[in-house]
Amino acid sequence: MKPLTPRAGPALVATAVALPMLAVLAAIVHGASDADPALWAHLTEFVLARVVANTAILVVGVVALAVALGTSLAWLTAACDFPGRGFFAWALYLPMAMPAYVLAFVAVATLDYAGAVPTALRAWLGADFAVPPIRSTAGVIAVIGFASYPYVYLMARGAFLTHGARVLEAAQSLGYGPWAGLVRVAIPLARPWLAGGAALVAMETLADFGAVSVFNYDTFTTAIYKAWYGLFSVETALALALLLLGFVAIALTAEQLARGRGRHTAADAGRRAPVRLALPGARGWIAFAFAGTVFAVGFLLPGVALVRWALEIAPIDLDARYLSYILRTLSLAGMAAFACLALAIALGYANRLSSGVVPPVAARVATLGYAVPGTVLAVGVVTVLGIVDSAFRSLTGGDGLWLQGTVLALLLGYVARFLAVAYGPVQGGFARIRPALEDAARSLGLEPREILARLHLPLLGAGVGTALLLVFVDVMKEMPITLMTRPFGWDTLAVRVFEMTAEGEWQRAALPALAIVVAGLLPVTLLTWRMERAARAA
Amino acid sequence: MRLELREVSRSFPGVAALERLSLTVEAGRIGCLLGPSGSGKSTTLRCIAGFERPDAGEVLAGGERLSGAGTWVPPERRRIGMVFQDFALFPHLDARANVAFGLRDLDRAARQRRARELLELVGLGAEAGRFPHELSGGQQQRVALARALAPRPRLVLLDEPFSNLDADVRTELAHSVRAALLAEGATALLVTHDQREAFAIADEIGVMRAGRLEQWDVPWKLYHSPKTRFVADFVGEGTFIPGTVVGPGRVSTELGVIEGQLTRDQVAGTLVDLLLRPDDVIHDDASELQAEVVERAFRGAQFRYTLRLPSGATALSFVPSHHDHAIGERIGIRLDAQHLVGFPRA
Repeated sequence: MKPLTPRAGPALVATAVALPMLAVLAAIVHGASDADPALWAHLTEFVLARVVANTAILVVGVVALAVALGTSLAWLTAACDFPGRGFFAWALYLPMAMPAYVLAFVAVATLDYAGAVPTALRAWLGADFAVPPIRSTAGVIAVIGFASYPYVYLMARGAFLTHGARVLEAAQSLGYGPWAGLVRVAIPLARPWLAGGAALVAMETLADFGAVSVFNYDTFTTAIYKAWYGLFSVETALALALLLLGFVAIALTAEQLARGRGRHTAADAGRRAPVRLALPGARGWIAFAFAGTVFAVGFLLPGVALVRWALEIAPIDLDARYLSYILRTLSLAGMAAFACLALAIALGYANRLSSGVVPPVAARVATLGYAVPGTVLAVGVVTVLGIVDSAFRSLTGGDGLWLQGTVLALLLGYVARFLAVAYGPVQGGFARIRPALEDAARSLGLEPREILARLHLPLLGAGVGTALLLVFVDVMKEMPITLMTRPFGWDTLAVRVFEMTAEGEWQRAALPALAIVVAGLLPVTLLTWRMERAARAA
Repeated sequence: MRLELREVSRSFPGVAALERLSLTVEAGRIGCLLGPSGSGKSTTLRCIAGFERPDAGEVLAGGERLSGAGTWVPPERRRIGMVFQDFALFPHLDARANVAFGLRDLDRAARQRRARELLELVGLGAEAGRFPHELSGGQQQRVALARALAPRPRLVLLDEPFSNLDADVRTELAHSVRAALLAEGATALLVTHDQREAFAIADEIGVMRAGRLEQWDVPWKLYHSPKTRFVADFVGEGTFIPGTVVGPGRVSTELGVIEGQLTRDQVAGTLVDLLLRPDDVIHDDASELQAEVVERAFRGAQFRYTLRLPSGATALSFVPSHHDHAIGERIGIRLDAQHLVGFPRA
């Protein structure tokens, strides 16, 4: 077989990997521009104002809360010393394992008028005592904020640990006290990281479907879902999806601006332990109380509630159906993880082999999915497959749906959404393999594809494992794509959570939710362990 | 196998890395490219290996054209082994598996046999099961050499093979590398900026400067009969003193008329800068010629004295170290030069 020329091969492979994402985006843009003008008029008059306002308020509120919580906690655990600091440094990552929709239904179940907490408060303080309603804009902002602050915490902590102590010492030598140093030096320096964390939170909030559904808070994602299922109007769904993409683009641009001219540069880390600022006496306990409250609200209390409900309901609810939910969830997550990994490796290797223009652009396009909400992708995937199906029918003269409503459709959605998650660690693994090793292998007579098998794959090692784990758990948690494109009968744990919460059956939602949280703890523990080890080594 | 480069050029945006470079290494010989960093040595090597594509010119190995005139053989088809500057051992494989990596057409037993044979050749038979990070720098270097030699390449290229090693093991290793190359009957081309390495390993040396080959010769001739001032400066130590050619093999200088063999055809009356090597200038207490010590460097067995001649020109001299003279002292010298290298004075 004649090998592909060194120039064309990688470009072809990279383009092929990017093709589904391109097709999905093209379908949305094309479909939305085809929409009936009357439909647009209806949308702008009755739906859009509320949905736009709701979405904007939600994003701004959540980002503000998450940045406030994440930055202050990162500063406390990275640069200060207070009782329990070592524990909190690690434990404050744990809410990452708790999907926003789980936190949402636990909050509603316990804090709503008839919930355990207000009932207990009324019993204690008298029947007239009014607890602020949880089903409110503030409530949904609080819930998503507590579920997503760890993104900011992670980024800010990384920034403070890499050049926290060192820069502060420099600031102190110039006459700034530690707190002035924080405001004048550490936070401005961490700006690119903070902007990155805030952008992740904004993406998650724009993409959130489960939590806002629990609160009946109408945003773009729920509007798309309702257009899809309630009105059965593909055009409306596509139009809303396109508008939501516009919001995503605004958020991404805002991130670029907020970064300022700083860049994520790895500071040359000093080889000594950072000197932490001791918080004596009451101040230390205030820090303890703050960190403890966030940890309790974001993870501990909802976790306890989930375990209690799950234990109560398990004897009644846990039957053969659950085995099916679990098997379906695991097989979907496994297939998606391996598909994403294979494509990530193909994309990474294409970029490695070629210095051309096409592979990096293809990589950007193929990994856009992290920013594109699941509801949008679902609509796009179904549209694309519908076009393919009708082309198939006209070719073969047969009828029926070849691709729509199959597992393949579902996998396509997952791959579009989560390829970026696998690409990150794979790309990092490739970057650590020195180019001289490839030259050595070639001078020993190996063709490029042999080099991939005998050199890169063995050396990628940890990156491959991380990629698989991250995609696996993300697919387990995934709700909108699964809901909107799954074949009949393919109910996953997340679908079960959605259905139970839609009916207000909080207790019965706890069982699948607990399984998702426990699975989610795996990557969180792994990543925090790695990050803390890297921070200690620095 | 014989390696030949014909007028190979390669330029990078803004700079010409190689300009019409031609050279030949005969089969079984060990060649060396010597030059300062940025002179194009490594680019030459990468063009031969096929990691860089020359803009013009031809590369031939054993008579087969590897690049040029519309031909391009990719590196994996060239059968040219390479030892990399940082060794580039595969970190996931032990020494034996590294050496066996390129042995693909043999069965398992033959692969193992050949790998063992080479590890023993480089004196690492006992370390076959070690991983790269468990080996010292010198051991890694020898594994890299064994790996490059294992598939019996037509040619072995060595890119600054000793630059990552401690100075005290370099020379010793250079000799064992030469022994291994000779034992395998390999044709080799090495690149270095260190002339001692070049002298220890190579049969022939090419001195490179700014993408051009200044001189390709046996080491002895490079030292005693440099063709350009750059080669004279770069290879060995020395200084220039003004002189005038007064007859065949006779140059008049402030130190008197020096007789020897002029390496260049120069007629009487030519004004030249005459190269003085430190071993041409001999300390002799009985000599009438006097020079002032301006600098001294102790080298164990010898001193290297920097001397100021009456005219103010400087000369270097190696003197046995029991002749301990202070800076400012005047000492007697005489000249004992056989090869007179004079460059026309500008």
